[in-house]
Amino acid sequence: MTFRILRLALIAAGALVISWLLMIGLTWLGTRSESFSNVVATGTAQYFSALTIGAIYALIALGYTMVYGIIELINFAHGDVFMVGAFVAYLIFTSLGFGGAIKSIPLLIGILLLGFLVTMVVLGVLGAAIERFAYRPLRNAPRLAPLITAIGVSFILQNVVQVLISNSPVPSPQLVSLEYRFTLLGASVPLLNLLIFLVAVVLMIALQVFVGGTRLGRAMRSTAQDREAAQLMGVNINATIAITFFIGSALAGAAGLIYGLYKGNIVFNLGFDAGLKAFTAAVLGGIGNTVGAALGGFAIGFIEVAAVTTGLSRWQEALVFSVLILVLVFRPAGILGQQIGERA
Amino acid sequence: MTAQPAATDDLLSMEAVDAFYGHIQALRSVTINVRRGEIVTLIGSNGAGKTTTLKTISGLVRARSGRVMFDGTDISRVDAYRLVPRGLGHAPEGRRIFSRLSVFENLQMGGFTRKRSEVNEDLARVFQLFPRLAERRAQRGGSLSGGEQQMLAIGRALMSRPKLLLLDEPSLGLSPILVQQIFSIIQEINRQGTTILLVEQNALQALNVAQRGYVLQTGRIILAESAADLAANPQVRQAYLGEI
Ligand SMILES: Nc1ncnc2c1ncn2[C@@H]1O[C@H](COP(=O)(O)OP(=O)(O)OP(=O)(O)O)[C@@H](O)[C@H]1O
Ligand SMILES: [Mg+2]
Repeated sequence: MTFRILRLALIAAGALVISWLLMIGLTWLGTRSESFSNVVATGTAQYFSALTIGAIYALIALGYTMVYGIIELINFAHGDVFMVGAFVAYLIFTSLGFGGAIKSIPLLIGILLLGFLVTMVVLGVLGAAIERFAYRPLRNAPRLAPLITAIGVSFILQNVVQVLISNSPVPSPQLVSLEYRFTLLGASVPLLNLLIFLVAVVLMIALQVFVGGTRLGRAMRSTAQDREAAQLMGVNINATIAITFFIGSALAGAAGLIYGLYKGNIVFNLGFDAGLKAFTAAVLGGIGNTVGAALGGFAIGFIEVAAVTTGLSRWQEALVFSVLILVLVFRPAGILGQQIGERA
Repeated sequence: MTAQPAATDDLLSMEAVDAFYGHIQALRSVTINVRRGEIVTLIGSNGAGKTTTLKTISGLVRARSGRVMFDGTDISRVDAYRLVPRGLGHAPEGRRIFSRLSVFENLQMGGFTRKRSEVNEDLARVFQLFPRLAERRAQRGGSLSGGEQQMLAIGRALMSRPKLLLLDEPSLGLSPILVQQIFSIIQEINRQGTTILLVEQNALQALNVAQRGYVLQTGRIILAESAADLAANPQVRQAYLGEI
């Protein structure tokens, strides 16, 4: 366990350095007339945007991959669960009277922690409730039925937010002032970007520890592999599946909160695009694999931002999905997915 | 067939159980009992309903009529996962070990319903019965050989410290030496106090270790006798012991 985490940490550190250099290289391709120090500065700034956007995709992708891993359902409502997370955080912050940057650092930290806690619990309960009422009754139905139900849930969530909150974009409180910045290699980077990345990393590590090293985590992995055998071990599979939805949705809720802080405005249908990209991230990383989902999320964030720096921003979507197709042609089960034959 | 009266020392009894898969009837009025401390075997040809019988006991298949009594209570409507802490262990057909979990984690899953402090004691017992598993504890379950996987499946079922252990074809696909070994371990487990209901294709070996046996044919119990009588029965010898 510890060995596995250490190895993961090393690989992640390597990937961070390589992608940084790669981003600087790509920036140079996009802006060849600039001076070297300008290229490094722009590349570094873009790299931190990529980490932030990637962190959001990665957190959403984890929910897709966990649910698919345990009941082989592509939960198309998951992107909208993320959207609801953004709105729940919005409601918490505004109802407490915080509409903008909080000056006092201890207060800021306190409100953020409270926001994450409440948003994640509320979203976890929402996710478990969706499973209970929309998917569990269909668990033994043909595959298409729960898939259609998921699309239905997606529309219902959008509609509810649209009617109860707003039909048009609303400004979400940017509690962390963008004036807090640090300078690195000539780039001035908002501290918020680093904060978002770190929060995402902490949540991912917590997830790995939970799934890899606890009794409940083992029950989840066993249920994913062989539901009947898990029951014979005394595992309540309904409860285990509900917990999986709870965790996946809580992570999407955290991503929603982060999205609001970062973007400064939210709209009822923002889950569609982000959800689709995060789903792509999960497939890219190898669906069912949590490390793969995180990797895929960061990869897609990187490609999106790289498209902008190389002057191909109009080709962003085409680039993301071309990479997806290329990866799947060579590794049909995704980067870290179990290739057929490896399953045993 | 002779229907035994329900004795008070019965750990398990199935009374006139019918079970179905959709419209297909797999068990027809199956009545069996297992007393505390016994090894009882269930033999029969492919598709006779042996696996279905075990699944009906452990709650994976529901009896449509009749009832299943375990340790003094009716368990016919109890969820499978709730039976494990009550003392029912089931090593299912085809081993069904968690191939992506390590050997150690598989055993931990076996002890899922036990307290953490008890698990270590039970692990020691399983490792004593199967020293091979101790050597391979860090290995992925799926990378074990067939025989090792079978040991893991039995060891995993023992981790819940069952009063009754259901074993579904534990010797399937093993070399003759390993078959011998598995059967002597089954006897050892029984000596240590676990009651066993054993399903086997390997009828001769099963009747050797069991006290009593049942013969199942297309969902019905057609014979219920002592193991010695069954082994001597010409009909059984011809049909299940491979004699002409
Ligand atoms: N999941 C299922 N769905 C439909 N029919 C089933 C199912 N499982 C078993 N059956 C049918 O029920 C009958 C009994 O099957 P069962 O698996 O209990 O036999 P068995 O005695 O264990 O056979 P074997 O020795 O081959 O393992 C068979 O006719 C089988 O085809
Ligand atoms: Mg069978």
